Amino acid sequence: MDFKKKIITDLYEINDSDVLPGYYKPKKTYITGLQTLDELLEKDKKREEDGFPRRIRLGRIVKRKGAKDNQVIIVPTTTEPKFEHDDSISQEQEDQTGGSGEGEEGEILGERPLEQESGSGAGPGQGDESEHEVGTNAFDLGKVLTEKFNLPNLKDKGKKRSLTKFTYDLTDRHRGFGQVIDKKGTLEQVIKTNIILGNVREEDEIDTEELIITPQDQVYRILSKEKDYENQAVVFFLRDYSGSMQGKPTEVICTQHLFIYSWLMYQYQNNVIPRFILHDSKAKEVPDFYTYYSSQVAGGTNIYPAYELVNQIVEMEHLTADYNIYVFHGTDGDDWDEDGRQMISETSKMLSYVNRIGITVAKNSWGLGGLSAVEKYLQRSNLLKERSDLIKMDVMPAETSDEKRIIEGIKILIS
Amino acid sequence: MYLIDQHTKGIMEECKSRARDAGLKFDKESLEYIVTNRDLIELSPRLMIPTLYDYWVNDVEVLKGKGIYKLYPNNPYETVINSRPAISYYNDNNPDWLNIMIFYHVIAHIDFFQNNIFFKHTWNDDFVGQALADKRLIDSLRSEYGRWVDYVIEFSRCIDNLVGYYDLLSESKLQFNMQTSEKVEFYFGEFLQEINKVPEMLIFKDIERYNDLILEQGSLGETSFFAEVKLKYPEFQAKFEKYLEKPKPKNNDLMEFIIENSSFLRKESNRWMISVINIIRNTALYFSPQSRTKIINEGWASYWHDELFRKDDRIKGHEVDYAIINAGVTSLSRVGLNPYAIGLRLIQYVEDLAEKGKLDFNFQKINQYEIIENYNKNTHKGKEAIFELRSNFSDFMLLNTFITQEFVNLHDLFVVGQRINEEHGTIEYYIKSRKSQDYKSMLLDKLQHPPKIFIDNKRTNEKNLYLVHQFEGKQLIKDYISDTMIGIEFLWGDQVQLETTEIYQIPPRSEDEEPKYENRRVLYTMKNKKIKKEFI
Repeated sequence: MDFKKKIITDLYEINDSDVLPGYYKPKKTYITGLQTLDELLEKDKKREEDGFPRRIRLGRIVKRKGAKDNQVIIVPTTTEPKFEHDDSISQEQEDQTGGSGEGEEGEILGERPLEQESGSGAGPGQGDESEHEVGTNAFDLGKVLTEKFNLPNLKDKGKKRSLTKFTYDLTDRHRGFGQVIDKKGTLEQVIKTNIILGNVREEDEIDTEELIITPQDQVYRILSKEKDYENQAVVFFLRDYSGSMQGKPTEVICTQHLFIYSWLMYQYQNNVIPRFILHDSKAKEVPDFYTYYSSQVAGGTNIYPAYELVNQIVEMEHLTADYNIYVFHGTDGDDWDEDGRQMISETSKMLSYVNRIGITVAKNSWGLGGLSAVEKYLQRSNLLKERSDLIKMDVMPAETSDEKRIIEGIKILIS
Repeated sequence: MYLIDQHTKGIMEECKSRARDAGLKFDKESLEYIVTNRDLIELSPRLMIPTLYDYWVNDVEVLKGKGIYKLYPNNPYETVINSRPAISYYNDNNPDWLNIMIFYHVIAHIDFFQNNIFFKHTWNDDFVGQALADKRLIDSLRSEYGRWVDYVIEFSRCIDNLVGYYDLLSESKLQFNMQTSEKVEFYFGEFLQEINKVPEMLIFKDIERYNDLILEQGSLGETSFFAEVKLKYPEFQAKFEKYLEKPKPKNNDLMEFIIENSSFLRKESNRWMISVINIIRNTALYFSPQSRTKIINEGWASYWHDELFRKDDRIKGHEVDYAIINAGVTSLSRVGLNPYAIGLRLIQYVEDLAEKGKLDFNFQKINQYEIIENYNKNTHKGKEAIFELRSNFSDFMLLNTFITQEFVNLHDLFVVGQRINEEHGTIEYYIKSRKSQDYKSMLLDKLQHPPKIFIDNKRTNEKNLYLVHQFEGKQLIKDYISDTMIGIEFLWGDQVQLETTEIYQIPPRSEDEEPKYENRRVLYTMKNKKIKKEFI
């Protein structure tokens, strides 16, 4: 049985137009999109004046593997809040559906990889709806990017310290005139203009003779002054993806790490190398942010293996010589290793080379009363006080932390 | 958007006449349109009702470029809409034989809309015309009140799943003289049982006396009944008048309750909002039966397109083409649910039961296996039975009544479970159960079911609206609670409270322990757009 194909478990998901040919089938269209996004956002801003929460969120979608990290797509989304049953949490954990055919009870029909996106789930840690992209919804992701945080304790390391070196290159684009015409950019611009004019429709073939080309649509590259960046920092993202993290804690951590990641990519561009590590009771490195963001598992929790892995990587690759090293770790504070002996020893080792460790504890509602394991042993170890320039911890309740609180958290971690 | 051509319309009319001969009943007129992408921009966010009101959420959804039926999970989208005349939408350039199949499918849907009792409240008006009038009203209000119209639409839609659809249905069935007066209801209900705590025995006696008087004296009976009550309980009249003053939900319908009792809406300057809320409420009521009859409706349409198409001589030479498409629509999946397949098989199963006389009470009394197995009375009542089914059954009733072990065995159905295989690092799908109870409860769990939220009469007054969520094993989506309550507070004009149950996970303390859960009753209070949550 092919389990790559989507399994339909929702009775209401398929309709006549999906299964019967000949019925009219709605297709995507992009004509309206170009015209009204700004208007909608303008209206949405007015809601705050009227004292209501904003409803249109801008999803920033980061392209998956292969594509350049800076490529982003913005889509508006909204939800209509209602009192509705939440199917995701129930006493009975197992997700069921129907089936037919031969086989005894207990027989296995097929399997799919654990860390694959789970189809309908749209939240972080559950895979993303659109298969090839990773995104988050935020009202003001732009704010994070423009706030201009700075990486703390940034030091000159090795030979690669040319943050302020300049080169001249044909990198800037300019509409109307310039040195070399950018064919792809020009074509894009021509198409955009013609969509607005109604000359390009999805249902029709594009007739190039009908396209209108204005001089303003011609995009040129012009010679400009560029900072010559080189790798200066390695940033490790560590995320607890154990069972207890499910739901809100994962959402908070993923959102925060996406913010940090977006900000780093934006402000330091290629100057920062991100590395991603997931852990439950074991730790492993994953190749890209997409996998980091969308993986989930339901195991137990041990934190030290993740720190141990970072220490190993740093040692093996001799990273300390040439790079500033930053570690951001997100957890719900749960650790089976309650006295944190191994964890403290790995952390101490890490503190010998690291520029900053930023730990975010997004606490589950049941843990709000007392201190979590991580908080307890970190405080006992006195590291937070003694090495306060190198290690910061921020604790927030996962349930009620909104974007503002999450951004506040970033400031604490890098203060 | 334009009508199908005369040739294709001819095919449709021929299909209609054959369907009528087979026993389907539906209005004479129907409209078939060819639609293009451009029409879609207008149609899709409007549930395919061309005249539905404008609303910004629709624009956002169009922008997002999502498939249309995803927009309103509560209102499954139909390519044929339940209007008068019924309208259906098609692609251009379908071959004739394919049109014949789709037309039969559409005709069966129309028959279902126009005969199934759950659609009763939609039979008298043309919704398309009504929607147009509503749209014009909303447009004119918008020119006067601007974006506040959209707020009222938004906040009404927050609660448009809490309408008294079943109350509306039961009212329409009740004969006039069966409805007792409010006074009688209050007397036997709250007054005797809750205020005076009269023992049951005495209440029954009193009811008997009441019934006797009504039989003897007809409409005067009530007056003479209460003449005696006055002697026994001199305070009754005062208590009853006080009861009348208090706001109380007639039905379990939050929208209606707010319309009738909100002090905010009663203000002269806010009265226009009531008409907007009513539009949203009527739209929700109109679409309520759709999601409650998905399986039976699709099963019915699939049954008839198959039944009629195969006997149609106009399709000669396209039998194989048809078989491929039909299999795609109605085959049971190895893993997954297909409402077309399940619906079709249940209808065929019921037909078979009736044909053999197995729906008969005499049959149900038999308890010998061999007799049951080979029972066949050749009643020729199969068709009659499924027409009964289409007139009176909803999804819940169909599944609850006819998912039997016999049915599950007949089609080799089973419940598929999922579990983690840690060694392989995979999620396994396995056959969890072949028991009909398990299969039935799995299916019933998948049916759409809005939460039951009652208005607590005792704790509700002008200043406070107290809602109680009846917990049915699932908590409410927490993210939506605050925003929904902001909307209710706006319409109600004062504090709103919601009592509900939430499920909390107790974290496992060690690797071997399974996570445990506990249910906790919580109270949300919304006041001045601020939410407060406490455990009770």
